[in-house]
Amino acid sequence: MPISFTLNGKPVTLDAPDDRTLLWVLRDDFGLTGSKFGCGIGSCGACTVIIDGKATRSCITRLAAAAGKSVTTIEGLADGDRLQPVQEAFLEHYGFQCGYCTSGMIMTGHALLQQNPHPTRDEIVKGMDRNLCRCGAHVRIVDAIEAASKAPLAGAGQ
Amino acid sequence: MTAPRRSLAEAAAEARVVAAAEPPVVAEGWGFVDTIDRRDFMRLTATGLLITFSVKPLKGMPRPVWNPANLQRPSPDFNAFVHIGADNRVTVLVGKIEMGQGVMTSLPQMAAEELNVDIRQVDVVMGDTDLCPFDMGTYGSLSTRTLGPVLRAAAAEGRAVLVQMASERLGVPVERLEVVDGVVRSKADHSKRVSYGELTAGRRIERKYDGTPALEKVGDFTIMGISAPRRDAPEKVTGKAHYAGDVIPKGALHARLLRPPAHGAIMKSADTSAAEKYPGARVVRVEGGPLGQVWDAIAVLHAHHDEADKALKLVKAEWRPSESTLDDKNIFAHLEKAAPPGRPSQSGGDVATGEKNAASTIAAKYLKGYVAHAPMETHSAVAEVAPDGKVTVWAGTQTPFPLQTQVARALKLPPEKVRVITPYVGGGFGGKSASQQAIEAAVLAQAAGVPVRVVWDRTEEIFYDTFDPATVINIRSGLTAQNKIAFWDYEVIAAGGRGAEQFYDIPHHRTVVRGSWGGGNGDLHPFAVGPWRAPGANANCFARESHVDQLAAKAGMDPVAFRMANFASDDTGARIKRTLEAAAKQFGWTGRAKGKASAAGEVVGYGVACGIDAGTAVSGIAEVHVNRATGAVKVVRVAVAQDMGIVVNPTGAMQQLEGCITQGLGYVLSEEIRFRNGEILDKNFTSYTLPHFSWVPKIEGVLVENNALAPQGGGEPAIILMGAMIANGIFDATGRRMVQLPFTPARVKAALA
Repeated sequence: MPISFTLNGKPVTLDAPDDRTLLWVLRDDFGLTGSKFGCGIGSCGACTVIIDGKATRSCITRLAAAAGKSVTTIEGLADGDRLQPVQEAFLEHYGFQCGYCTSGMIMTGHALLQQNPHPTRDEIVKGMDRNLCRCGAHVRIVDAIEAASKAPLAGAGQ
Repeated sequence: MTAPRRSLAEAAAEARVVAAAEPPVVAEGWGFVDTIDRRDFMRLTATGLLITFSVKPLKGMPRPVWNPANLQRPSPDFNAFVHIGADNRVTVLVGKIEMGQGVMTSLPQMAAEELNVDIRQVDVVMGDTDLCPFDMGTYGSLSTRTLGPVLRAAAAEGRAVLVQMASERLGVPVERLEVVDGVVRSKADHSKRVSYGELTAGRRIERKYDGTPALEKVGDFTIMGISAPRRDAPEKVTGKAHYAGDVIPKGALHARLLRPPAHGAIMKSADTSAAEKYPGARVVRVEGGPLGQVWDAIAVLHAHHDEADKALKLVKAEWRPSESTLDDKNIFAHLEKAAPPGRPSQSGGDVATGEKNAASTIAAKYLKGYVAHAPMETHSAVAEVAPDGKVTVWAGTQTPFPLQTQVARALKLPPEKVRVITPYVGGGFGGKSASQQAIEAAVLAQAAGVPVRVVWDRTEEIFYDTFDPATVINIRSGLTAQNKIAFWDYEVIAAGGRGAEQFYDIPHHRTVVRGSWGGGNGDLHPFAVGPWRAPGANANCFARESHVDQLAAKAGMDPVAFRMANFASDDTGARIKRTLEAAAKQFGWTGRAKGKASAAGEVVGYGVACGIDAGTAVSGIAEVHVNRATGAVKVVRVAVAQDMGIVVNPTGAMQQLEGCITQGLGYVLSEEIRFRNGEILDKNFTSYTLPHFSWVPKIEGVLVENNALAPQGGGEPAIILMGAMIANGIFDATGRRMVQLPFTPARVKAALA
């Protein structure tokens, strides 16, 4: 069955079994490799994308669940060349080391700020607590999201 | 080999993109100079100044023993180069890899500093066996320590050659010339000038650097010692950074391999007929042992990873169980019994005499289980065989050159027919020194005749991890009537000697090491073990600094004051002492907390620990809160001071320090592999728990200035303090001594009972 959805602002249709996993559809069918595989059971957050404004773990999301919805990946987050405040803040505050969890951290942090534009530090920690980072960039990731919450918002993105 | 059921074209058509979507892409640009390939490289180095130089291992640095013997090539006469081209660009080519530790930023900083060029003029090519000279691997905090000084010297040599050429061209004596941003000019008349690029245009000059030219003094640094923007940042915040699993050659298929249920299990039979019927799937069997197994390897190939997974689940296999009877409880008695005989690594005086002089003695046993590396990027690799037979492997690896040899052996090819390219590596911590996944990808690509992607799932990642070994450490010691340490008798089993040596003023002492963290232990462990961030030092520092804390308590002394009074009077003792002074100052140390109540009703303790690792002296103090009802331990604040010699990139150094503290919370509070009879019971993050955001303490790092010492390691030192800082903090809070890592709530509750 063809399944249609909006991917990074563009309409797409894919003829594939509806029990395909969204993460691997994004990576293998669309070549969008910014979303990462980390655990396959939704417990690390490296695969996080935003679906209709909500941070979603694509490794446990069936393709069918995206039908008719708007999916944003890290590749579609910036407004053209203009990075979102969270991306800028990760750059400025060195919010990463190996970078493998970074897409998921940025997508989760961006969605968090959409829902709560001025979180306290504790609210950021709580909102990010289910995203894993092995290098230990946590302090700077929280710094980055806090800084982004004080920055003016870029135009588009979800 | 089973014949494919369907053609590749049919498989690819399975999930055809019908409209408007972008087609599957071949990822472009895996290196750090995005456009470079072999031909570009030959063109690049056809003209210009090429300086080759050699980096020798540190004296006494052990060879990486996890790497099977004979994989090392004859010693090359150089193992790095710097190139200065007609376009005025400088290229540093090294066999090191970038896994988050930041060397792709700090190595160009060093070259730019010595060449007097803008850091933006410097490119770096890393971890590509066709382009970079041979390198043993990226481990042991060696990139900055051993490569750094030689890179700086070679760059300084390059500057000297270029200034000499400029002197001839401009007719100005060398001593009247200066270099600014890659332009050599007369100090007196700035219009007399020529750029590096103009000097090298149309010429090819090769110099081999062997000497030791004068390097810039620290006070003259304009690039080193200042935080440079990370070069990987723009790609990493936009999802454009490519890791091995992100490389997708045209027609590539994912391979998912059938795995045994336990280490030591042997396949009896396998039925792949159902998997072969899965739409788009192909089953490939590789006979014999190229993958290091005694049974045939069975892989299911599919264009999509999730569908390869589904098809693999249809394979029905029967296994003969493992003969191992070890588990995470009985392993410690096994290690004490079966470990190889000890070798003394440090001794002085006579322990028996010291015992006679002691007014009081203590004996204790410290335990640590197996710990996984658990990088967020699982072991991943992609292999492609070109029509001329040349094999290219993109791999997440810390050892591209040894891997090249391993792949060549597995495929029965000469090494030059194999090229290993290392894109960004998504965390290593020692665990990607072994790169079995890349051999799997190469063997399967050759067998299947298509490019093959191997991306391990989390269960495979844990199962095939080369764990930090379980360890037993026995210490006996005593105090004189004057509260000095009378003797020290130390035995470490299975962790190895790194960090085992003590740095206190003890007249009678002996340190014995039984077995190593790497190979050479026979079948001591029921699965593979290998280097884990500061291998051996985490266990050794935990035991030593816990024990020193016990001595301080026995003496009735403040743990900071006790250490200050007992440090050895040599250079190491003095460096560590300075870091403890700095940590105590940063922490605001006025004495123990002695279990005072926190605002939340928990008991509070302060824990102290000191150590030296990778040449860096480090001390720390942690504030620990213990919930007596649940046994939960929370680390609230950590002050760490380290003397790492000259600091190349202060922000990079602080990131590494913070990473050490944060990652170290795991092996101290939660991480320990549970296993039974060869089966690894931890299959994913649901039971193997990594540190979370809510665990992270306030981290206050202090870099103690020591510009008289060349740059030392930064990626490992601070993590070694974590076990003892937290154990000593729990002791201060509760009066109970934790001797087995990790300090899970259950273990803490049991200790409090």
